[in-house]
Amino acid sequence: MSDETKAMPLSSFDGALSLDPLVVAVIAAMAIITYATKVGGLWLLSRIEVSDRLEAGLAVLPGAIVVAILGPELAAAGPAEWGAAVVVAVIAWRSNNILLALVGGVLAVVLFRGLF
Amino acid sequence: MTDTNERADSRRSEAEPAPDGCSEESTRSSGQSVGFPPVSFSREGVKIGFLTCVPVAIGVAGYGIAFGVIANQAGLSVAEAALMSATVVAGASQLIAVELWADPIPIGAIVFTTLAVNLRYSLMGAALEPWFSHLSPKQVYGSLFLMADENWALTIRDLRTGSGRGAFLLGSGIAIWTFWVVSTVLGALAGGVIGDPTRYGFDFILVAVFVALVAELWDGRSTLLPWVVSLGTALLTASLLPGRWYILAGGIAAATLEVIRYE
Repeated sequence: MSDETKAMPLSSFDGALSLDPLVVAVIAAMAIITYATKVGGLWLLSRIEVSDRLEAGLAVLPGAIVVAILGPELAAAGPAEWGAAVVVAVIAWRSNNILLALVGGVLAVVLFRGLF
Repeated sequence: MTDTNERADSRRSEAEPAPDGCSEESTRSSGQSVGFPPVSFSREGVKIGFLTCVPVAIGVAGYGIAFGVIANQAGLSVAEAALMSATVVAGASQLIAVELWADPIPIGAIVFTTLAVNLRYSLMGAALEPWFSHLSPKQVYGSLFLMADENWALTIRDLRTGSGRGAFLLGSGIAIWTFWVVSTVLGALAGGVIGDPTRYGFDFILVAVFVALVAELWDGRSTLLPWVVSLGTALLTASLLPGRWYILAGGIAAATLEVIRYE
């Protein structure tokens, strides 16, 4: 974001509903590409015979994806996030209640950020 | 782990007394998913998905407000920001797009970044195959439009209990979509009034959802090797490549390993 765009007068209500054709076209392109990525994997699998061997590979995907998301995310974070992640894991493991785990985690991260 | 199984059983008997003849039909490699009741697509599934996802969607709304603010500062109108949230429905790529936004619009960079950031969804969608292969194309391709990181995680969690709720992704997606679009509008209207979402810990909700999921996905020794491979690949890729290629790399590496060592 450049400084000039920041300095533009913000949210005048006359312009709130304006739709620039070029902007709409870019948004449409983003929407189509994103939808293609969302359906692409399953579409591909629906076109081929899924063997037991491939099924075994798919079975580890959920865990592998979650670990791949969390690893770099937590590696880049600090002690506050690590501590809060432990809080979430313990609550989730003990109570099996996702809402409780989320609330505990968010409270912990706010608290730990204040401490560290 | 035993908790999960007990709860899955009680839920199942609530929904319908499934003829348990199917329990020997499939012995899958992930121990917990043995004995699926049939996957169905019901209004009940939509409702449960929606209600389960509401607390998470409130956290997503923290980001929607931030997105609305940034989109507005980048020069998008309220209507344009809302249109993007309603049709793209992919938070990270939208935030990056409005960060890149300038005059003239860098169309190539925005389009390519959107693809690169969102390619992980193909893998996430593929992970739903064991359940979604029982649904009609209309149900599958409609639900996938509303797939985001958060409700994908909740859906995997629900389906692994053997709930058979094929409509969970749709229901949870409706919750995400509604909160995402409304909060975008609020953010775009409010401009800079509301501060940084990290102040309230909203930025941690996504991490928390995934940590909770990891605690449940752990399936003993058999998950250890694929997870280590995925983690190592992801960390290495993250240090070498920008963007989110590391998610794709980690997932593909672990799945490939399983396909190779399958016997």
